[in-house]
Amino acid sequence: MSGTFVGMPAFPQAAREAVRDTTLRGNLRHATHTIRAKRAKAVAELSDWAQLREAGKRIKDHTLHHLDEYLVRLEESVTAAGGTVHWAADATEANRIVTALVKETGESEVVKVKSMATQEIELNEALEAAGIRAYETDLAELIVQLGKDRPSHILVPAIHRNRGEIRDIFAREMSGWGRPAPEGLTDTPAELAEAARLHLREKFLRAKVGISGANFMVAETGTLVVVESEGNGRMCLTLPETLISVVGIEKIVPTWQDLEVFLQTLPRSSTAERMNPYTSTWTGTTDADGPRAFHLVLLDNGRTDTLADEVGRQALRCIRCSACLNVCPVYERAGGHAYGSVYPGPIGAILSPQLRGTASEIDASLPYASSLCGACYEVCPVAIDIPEVLVHLRERVVEGGQAVRDGNKVVLQPVKGHAAERAAMRAARWAFSHPGALRTGQRLASRTRRLHPRTLPGPGRAWSGTRDLPAVPAEPFRDWWQRTHGRGGSAAVSTTTGAGTPAKDKAEDKDGDR
Amino acid sequence: MSSRERILGRVRRALADVPRGDGAPYERAVTRDYLREHGDRTPAQTLDLLAENLADYRAIVHRTDAGHLAEVVAGLLVSRGSSSVLVPPGLDESWLAGSDVRRVADRAESTPHELDRVDSVVTACAVAVAETGTIVLDGSPDQGRRRITLVPDHHICVVRAAQVVPSVPYALERLDPARPLTWISGPSATSDIELDRVEGVHGPRVLEVVLVG
Repeated sequence: MSGTFVGMPAFPQAAREAVRDTTLRGNLRHATHTIRAKRAKAVAELSDWAQLREAGKRIKDHTLHHLDEYLVRLEESVTAAGGTVHWAADATEANRIVTALVKETGESEVVKVKSMATQEIELNEALEAAGIRAYETDLAELIVQLGKDRPSHILVPAIHRNRGEIRDIFAREMSGWGRPAPEGLTDTPAELAEAARLHLREKFLRAKVGISGANFMVAETGTLVVVESEGNGRMCLTLPETLISVVGIEKIVPTWQDLEVFLQTLPRSSTAERMNPYTSTWTGTTDADGPRAFHLVLLDNGRTDTLADEVGRQALRCIRCSACLNVCPVYERAGGHAYGSVYPGPIGAILSPQLRGTASEIDASLPYASSLCGACYEVCPVAIDIPEVLVHLRERVVEGGQAVRDGNKVVLQPVKGHAAERAAMRAARWAFSHPGALRTGQRLASRTRRLHPRTLPGPGRAWSGTRDLPAVPAEPFRDWWQRTHGRGGSAAVSTTTGAGTPAKDKAEDKDGDR
Repeated sequence: MSSRERILGRVRRALADVPRGDGAPYERAVTRDYLREHGDRTPAQTLDLLAENLADYRAIVHRTDAGHLAEVVAGLLVSRGSSSVLVPPGLDESWLAGSDVRRVADRAESTPHELDRVDSVVTACAVAVAETGTIVLDGSPDQGRRRITLVPDHHICVVRAAQVVPSVPYALERLDPARPLTWISGPSATSDIELDRVEGVHGPRVLEVVLVG
């Protein structure tokens, strides 16, 4: 993954600024709460949701476990259907391939379907550098592009903008890119959509090259699938003479039948609809219908590194529905930009540090951009255990250890700035393996409990600044056990209390973490 | 080493922990215990559900029988004020027998700009899905090239009762993946502005579905 959003501060700093922006928080709150309620209703319509979710998870896991076989099969079927397959190990290579393909057509502009993969590799910037102008045609992407902004949501990239802001961007910027905004444009959504329709239609009708991603690729048939709402996708997929699709290697499903699972779970999870307005499927090229040339660029860019991580590879099941963003209390307040990547929210917090590695400050901080509340796992239509991967990545950040980068095994050093945490963990490990020292320490803690400060000193200050420290009991559990159960003490009376004490402590810890 | 070999090599090394070559067929790797259809409906009820779900996503639904189809289609063109209508090569001629609106043929060489000047398009469909309110076009001669149902602003789609299936799994079974498919659920729409749904951004702003039978 390329260095998107270079120089981004770590998540806590970026989030702090975002949280102060009341317009942003208002826009996000409105949007996430609206879609959250709708999604729950759409999902409730399907009584077999749990079975669909499990099937989706298994299809994706099976594919990932045999990815090399399915990639080869896909290449064969796409080629047999009249397409050309290219392989790109990283962003630079993918951009070089696409740029060369566009240049071969002799064109200097392209129309684009919204695509996470091309954003991830910063294709627009690479094309610009080669003198090719790329027009984003999804309404939200258009708002982002005209506003010289960055996307902040997987599905609705301009979710952080309200209608007033969008009106201002259209009125100010459209003329620089083509047909200007109509005179007297107001901020009603219908008028704004109409302005975009007129502005973009002239580009669609003259376009000779289209660039897309894909939601799914079927290995068995060589079919690509794009799921969308507006029809800009259909325009880009069918009107140009050349179509170039840049797709991550994890987007394969083995068979045509597999689509029956994802075409039911994806729309309901993402836009809370029974079905999105338009789904296009194409298999290579078709005589006199659609593009005459079709190129598929298969993108690795950190995906095989992610695949090498036995815990983290489940992130590659993601179908980019964005349900996890809409339920996340952290995303709702911090906004998408704070995540410093085209993949924001809970999925971004596990995907970006795996695709890019944890070397940068922002990537090392992302596994911490979560309260571990688990709502993201609950809504995920392919059951990615995001909290599990977050905890796993936190361990990697703090402890370092084995990982794969660019296909090579590396030993990661612990990230700086976690020295205190690491020291505390080491001390805890030592204490737990030395019972005598632990007992002495616990007794000491109990006897001095009245003297304990309410906040922690030094590096612990930030932690205790937003949490209450857990109360130290008057007597260590082991002393209590000895007194009541040991040496012939009555067990019957105290069992429930005894078992309840640690559980209660645990619950308090959890509350404290929120 | 080519990037193809490099990527495939990385995949294989990344999967060193996964047992390989168990030879089990894919059909047994995934349990498909989800439902084939949600609910137990008669064909007539399935047709009603299609109409209801299409209307819910703001398609305009008309119901008629084979004897009145030409009359209904002609009426829709008139009430829309259309002066030209795109016609796929294999469309049943009787469907447009009631109308004298100027016909424009779907030709490979017609430019997108020419299509943009046409007022309406009339097509058949391949399959319709009741549970999701979806019509699917597969580019057959009675449906034409993908772009003719995209560029004009008004699409009239005729659905015969025998083409209606209850759910997505049944639809995929009937469709040929080798053909280019377009699944349409209501008119073009966006929710990009404050998640307010707005119909008609780039595709046809009006979708009228005529259910026959």
